[in-house]
Amino acid sequence: MSLTQTKAKAAEVRAVFEQAGAQVVDCAVLQSAETLLDLYGEDIRTRAYVTPDPMRGEVMLRPDFTVPVVQMHMEQGAEPARYTYSGEVFRRQEEHPERASEYLQVGYEVFDRTDPEAADAEVFALFANYLAPYGTRAVTGDIGILTAAVAGLKASDRRRAALMRHIWRPRRFRALLDRFSGRLAVPVTRKALLELDDPMAGAVPMIGLRSHAEISSRVDALHADAAEGPLAEEQVLLIEALLKVSETCEYALEQLRDLAVDMPAISEAVERFARRCDALRARGVDVTTLEFEASYGRSSMEYYDGFVFGFLSARADWPAVATGGRYDALTRQLGKGSEIPAVGGVVRPGLLMQLEGVQ
Amino acid sequence: MTLKLGVPSKGRLMEKTFDWFGERGVKLARTGSDREYSGAVDGIEGVELVLLSAGEIPRELAAGRIHLGVTGTDLVQEKLVLWEQKVAPLAELGFGFADLIIAVPQAWVDVDTLDDLDAAASGFRAAHGFRLRIATKYHRLVRAYLHRAGVADYQLVDSQGATEGTVKNLTAEAVADITSTGETLRANHLKILAEEPVLRSQATLFRSRTADMTDTERATLEQLEEMLGT
Repeated sequence: MSLTQTKAKAAEVRAVFEQAGAQVVDCAVLQSAETLLDLYGEDIRTRAYVTPDPMRGEVMLRPDFTVPVVQMHMEQGAEPARYTYSGEVFRRQEEHPERASEYLQVGYEVFDRTDPEAADAEVFALFANYLAPYGTRAVTGDIGILTAAVAGLKASDRRRAALMRHIWRPRRFRALLDRFSGRLAVPVTRKALLELDDPMAGAVPMIGLRSHAEISSRVDALHADAAEGPLAEEQVLLIEALLKVSETCEYALEQLRDLAVDMPAISEAVERFARRCDALRARGVDVTTLEFEASYGRSSMEYYDGFVFGFLSARADWPAVATGGRYDALTRQLGKGSEIPAVGGVVRPGLLMQLEGVQ
Repeated sequence: MTLKLGVPSKGRLMEKTFDWFGERGVKLARTGSDREYSGAVDGIEGVELVLLSAGEIPRELAAGRIHLGVTGTDLVQEKLVLWEQKVAPLAELGFGFADLIIAVPQAWVDVDTLDDLDAAASGFRAAHGFRLRIATKYHRLVRAYLHRAGVADYQLVDSQGATEGTVKNLTAEAVADITSTGETLRANHLKILAEEPVLRSQATLFRSRTADMTDTERATLEQLEEMLGT
């Protein structure tokens, strides 16, 4: 398989997306590393190429198009907008040197506030129809239901914010739940600190930028947390039950509605899921067989905060052939005060070629 | 052809390595003037001593330019991606002990665990508008360690020396560095987190998994391994 062939395939996919009403856009290969580091944290350095620029500081070979497309839209885009693009993205492969470190992506992104669930369905159906001949398996999820559950916990703002901050880090999230519910013992160092009347009283010199006031305020927060008492076990069990939902969309919806009886905070998000199912059905997607996993996309798709989807090949060692989802919060973070509901996805034409049997 | 053995070219690490081999009947020595990096091997035929900076030994092993090399576990794991595929440890030499640890100001009475560090980083970013800075030269190891622990809102800033001073100089809020006794850290008003270190390191003899070997070299390696008891 030559790069020319893959590029021709990418052009074919992009033409399909243009046909669906998208405007073709492009963006620079070199992106500001700072923007991406602030969004994703230091971890992105293991997945993206960072290189020094003599003038601009650190720059990054674009690891995807979503961030620059959102920036471009937030600066000059008219509403509503549909964009398509195709081009190389670059990924460092520290753990999997056998995977491609440079490959083509073709994307379709929708910025439209009129009917988010219809936009979700529009993007998914477009991908599903195009990918139908390739025999991929589609999986969907919805991070918005989990965030609604966390937002509705009977706990202090501080605890809810801590959990929300780690929605995309399942192990840390788990550890926090265990700590807040008392399943995990308080560390001895914390216990010792809480027993001191004035832990800041020692003759230790203050060094560094983190001030006396900041340290005291966290000590106060730890006291408040200790006084708050454990998060009720039933609430933890509900979150666990929610994360375990893995069914076809139809049955998942039933299960989630059952859970919503005890967890009314998720009702609104579950009804959004119901409307999305209707919108998918209206576009000819069979929701009686479409898979839904409540925890899908939590560890790998960090900017998605609502609907998420992936199209997987039968090859277990392959990355997904296509992925996508809703990223309203990203537009808020990059929008400098403005925001717009947005959803989109990308296909990897190189993997499609391999599925077609092109050597 | 000869079996190439890479050894740190100066200091205590070189002397102790020479002692360790000497106790096992393999006499290593520097030859020529003090400034010339060449060496001699006695007690076994067909082994060539290559004197290198300890920091370059992992790279030379991975490239297969030397067959054996003595260096710290920390350097191997920091510098070689998928190190297990490139080198194999033959013997831990029992010196050059050092832990790669994370340290924060002693004044941070609220921070002792990685949970605490994560919470402090979150608060710090909210208060100062940038991610909490950790000064280190062990970027890969520290990043992987903090990733496993789910610590967010931090950034690594490069520090190739005098890392303990960065907090006082306001170029970092915390440090990740090698320490054996912790004395320099305490002198700089820092304390080590009450967690497992990022890595426990010591001087180790490694074999390259990538270097080509002739039958003669293979026989020499077997003989050497027997003498060293590895």
